Amino acid sequence: MTTTVDARGLSCPQPVIMTLDEIKKGSDKDIVVLVDTDTSKENVVRAATSQGCQVKDVSPEGEGYRIAIVKG
Amino acid sequence: MQAKNIFATRGGIIGVGAGIGILAAVLQKLGNPGNMGICVACFERDIAGGLGLHRADVVQYIRPEIIGFVLGSLVAAYLFNEYRPRVGSAPIVRFVLGVFAMIGALVFLGCPWRAVLRLAGGDGNAILGLAGLTFGIWVGTLFLKNGYNLGRTQVTHAAVGWMLPLIMTGFLLLMIVFPQVPNEPKSGVLFYSVKGPGSMHAPLALALIVGLGIGFLAQRSRFCTMGAIRDLVLFGQTHLLTGFISLVVFAFVTNLVLGQFKAGFAGQPVAHSAHIWNFAGMTLAGLAFALAGGCPGRQLFLSGEGDGDAAVFVLGMIVGAGFAHNFGLASSPTGVGPYGIPAVIIGLLVCLFIGFTMRRKSA
Repeated sequence: MTTTVDARGLSCPQPVIMTLDEIKKGSDKDIVVLVDTDTSKENVVRAATSQGCQVKDVSPEGEGYRIAIVKG
Repeated sequence: MQAKNIFATRGGIIGVGAGIGILAAVLQKLGNPGNMGICVACFERDIAGGLGLHRADVVQYIRPEIIGFVLGSLVAAYLFNEYRPRVGSAPIVRFVLGVFAMIGALVFLGCPWRAVLRLAGGDGNAILGLAGLTFGIWVGTLFLKNGYNLGRTQVTHAAVGWMLPLIMTGFLLLMIVFPQVPNEPKSGVLFYSVKGPGSMHAPLALALIVGLGIGFLAQRSRFCTMGAIRDLVLFGQTHLLTGFISLVVFAFVTNLVLGQFKAGFAGQPVAHSAHIWNFAGMTLAGLAFALAGGCPGRQLFLSGEGDGDAAVFVLGMIVGAGFAHNFGLASSPTGVGPYGIPAVIIGLLVCLFIGFTMRRKSA
């Protein structure tokens, strides 16, 4: 199963807080984070990587990005 | 996939911090006030004065650096396809936070940018301000951990995001139509200080060019002085902090080279030594910046890339400067203003109210 974190429209640092919450507390190994700015994309990727997670894919989706993370 | 943004790397943010630190010290050499090569709060306050929103005659000048910050960011955002017009995340709350952020900053006499530039110039009072800033941001992170949130933005028309850049362009046009006349306090509709910090400024074109350059680089790197401290406290991340530290180090070295470093507490330029209120003023500013999601510089850069809520925060700061000087809330080198202390207390209570009442509805 994959959990989706929808952080679109939320400003710094909410997307990172939500991503880290899911990494620490969520049960699914695969997480998809949706963001709508490049800053959020960079911040989420940086935060996930620093938690030892693997960022599998970052692709444009709609007005923003879809970030696929696999928990480490 | 886009090309990697080199400015968002560790080396990139350090380079941008270094550039800002050097340019700020050079702007001081070119005419800006002492330890105020760049101060977002002071410069927005000067803009409020130049427009006559307050009539403190020593701090009236439309600062081209601020105009450059917004327009430089706009250019970078368009060039790199990052312009995202968006609004609707509790704009009125952001306005109020902007007002009190400015009031807190003017009790200290500087925003986070100037706090570190004061430190880099040897002003020991800045240590109290930075401690207060850190404390205020720490309080802000407690709210963030407990679900504080101003809600989502909506995508909107491109022109909505142009509003603040257009306002800034309007300010620039006013400066060209009504240029400063030596020793005259007014030119057309604009006010110009003939003495005090407002009379001290780098040449318009140079200030504008430096502002544009910093706006461009800061948009690319996401440079944020509040985020630097917040990310360390909240996530243990040092990415933005390295940029902030780089700013201090390079401003310090440049000040030494230019002979602008003078260590001490007493007699520092545009500063006072009321330690408690230096601390408390910046606590208020730090908390307001944390609740609004960015330092005053970052709010300008976000405005340039289409964030209409950040633009509302900026307007809140400019209006807050009007209140600060009209009501006697702002400090001066002689000390805290007559009503500065109650204003800080009221501001802290307002921020606590916002922090406690605005939580995420659905997890």
